[in-house]
Amino acid sequence: MVEYSNTGSKDTRSGFGEALLELGKENPNVVALCADLTGSMKMDAFAKAFPERFFQCGIAEANMMSIAAGLTIGGKIPFTGTFANFSTGRVYDQIRQSIAYSNKNVKICASHAGITLGEDGATHQILEDIGLMKMLPNITVINTCDFNQTRAATFAVAKHSGPVYLRFGRPKVPNFTSADQDFEIGKAICMTEGTDVTLIATGHLVWQALEAGKVLSGKGIRAEIINIHTIKPLDYDAVLTSVAKTGCVVTAEEHMINGGLGDSIAQLLSREYPLPLEMIAVNDQFGQSGKPEELLEEYGLSSANIVEAVERVLARKK
Amino acid sequence: MPPTSELQKIATQVRRDIIRMTHGAASGHPGGSLGCADFITTLYFGIMKPDLRNFTMDGKDEDLFFLSSGHLSPAWYSVLGRYGYFDYHELGTFRMLGARLQGHPSTHEKLPGIRVASGSLGQGLSVAIGASLAKKLNNDSHLVFCLTGDGELEEGQNWEAAMFAAAHKVDNVIAVVDANGKQIDGPVEKVMDLGDLKAKFEAFGWVVIKMDGNDIADIREKMLLAKVACGKGKPVMVLMKTTMGFGVDFMLDNHEWHGVAPNDEQAEKALAQLEETLGDY
Repeated sequence: MVEYSNTGSKDTRSGFGEALLELGKENPNVVALCADLTGSMKMDAFAKAFPERFFQCGIAEANMMSIAAGLTIGGKIPFTGTFANFSTGRVYDQIRQSIAYSNKNVKICASHAGITLGEDGATHQILEDIGLMKMLPNITVINTCDFNQTRAATFAVAKHSGPVYLRFGRPKVPNFTSADQDFEIGKAICMTEGTDVTLIATGHLVWQALEAGKVLSGKGIRAEIINIHTIKPLDYDAVLTSVAKTGCVVTAEEHMINGGLGDSIAQLLSREYPLPLEMIAVNDQFGQSGKPEELLEEYGLSSANIVEAVERVLARKK
Repeated sequence: MPPTSELQKIATQVRRDIIRMTHGAASGHPGGSLGCADFITTLYFGIMKPDLRNFTMDGKDEDLFFLSSGHLSPAWYSVLGRYGYFDYHELGTFRMLGARLQGHPSTHEKLPGIRVASGSLGQGLSVAIGASLAKKLNNDSHLVFCLTGDGELEEGQNWEAAMFAAAHKVDNVIAVVDANGKQIDGPVEKVMDLGDLKAKFEAFGWVVIKMDGNDIADIREKMLLAKVACGKGKPVMVLMKTTMGFGVDFMLDNHEWHGVAPNDEQAEKALAQLEETLGDY
């Protein structure tokens, strides 16, 4: 089994900020907008380097989203930055009409997604954003797992033509994917090969899945771990090829069970290849304050929970 | 600019188109469309005069127009068709299955002339400001026009946009407010009294010019004044007084014609008041 090691924990949002600055240097059409969260979004370096291409929108996200749509008319590539809650739920209609339906080349970049936002609690811990965004035609939905992948994804979405929702997080988390990786939108990454169970994870829970894989390996269970960074369009072939080999699936995500990655996988499999499936996700409830690692445990999203889910699904397979 | 009488002829045909389109579709929004017909006609044929040889989504090196109040699509589609963006006979497909002329404007069906979807209210001014920022970045000295309703200003996003435009000195946008004083549930002042819009926008840092939107001579004069006011560090608003249903006596100033199509008899009665100046589609 391939071993992944943490090369030093970093926040995913810093990967975004670093890439955004580079993009500013590479492409004069890249512009950025922020709603009073420039430091939190790690957009300050871009704002300082390219003040004429950075638009401080104040605490007015609806206006920011529609201005971004307008900036594309004239060939700009706008990157909007605010927390995931304010990037989606608060501005759903603006995204729906001015960006998705109008098919505008806006990159909606969202930090502080999910339960690991931590102490700020449920008002800020959006767990519905993947569902909200994936229901909209035209939008590509990406959820990255670590600093390096977020950095690579930021470059990739700039090259992609069309609206994108790029989701990442607040806390420092293990950085384990390669620094010089190619990020191919819509392409799942097989992290470890296995034959007993397919473990499909996205975002911060990819690391939890890898940790679970080590424990499972000690128990003689060979998990095939797939890192799905693009939830829409979903890499159907990668999922179907793997499950044909393993015969059962566990999905893992830092999102509500309704509307997330697991929901997409379940829909695909019930249509194409029905088999036992377990989902690691937040079960139809709001979050609360706490430390990120405490919250992962409290809401059943830890590596230990993934191990248990694998054992459950293996029992059903037999 | 064509003479006022010429613009008047076009606007009268646009009004005929509005009646025939909404009647043909048995749905749509004739009242507000009739009210803003003089303005949209004058804007395209007299003020913006866009280049049709090369419609691009980017709209570089030309003036742009955004219709925030998307339900006024009959008026806009008619002007676009009559200006030559597409064969005006296509107006007959308004609101039909598979048509490019959707109930509310969209880019999805790729109708030339449209650069963003509108219909859900309150977003157009922000989009126009974004397009204005892009023009500045591109060193493009052309202007961006936007039409919003007065009732539409009840949407809070407009005030976010108003703050932004003044704070960022977006002085290449002209926002025109179609103040007909009517909305679905009744007079604007009864549904949600907007107070003194001129004073409000001036307090937000805008230059405000008042205009009679059903007097083409006044539209010509005030829109040129608005253009002159651009480029001086402040966004420009034209507070345009219009009358809903203008041109058709039984629809005049009546909010009940916001979103109701004329039946056969009403359409006939309306068309009898509007001379066929350019030929019906």
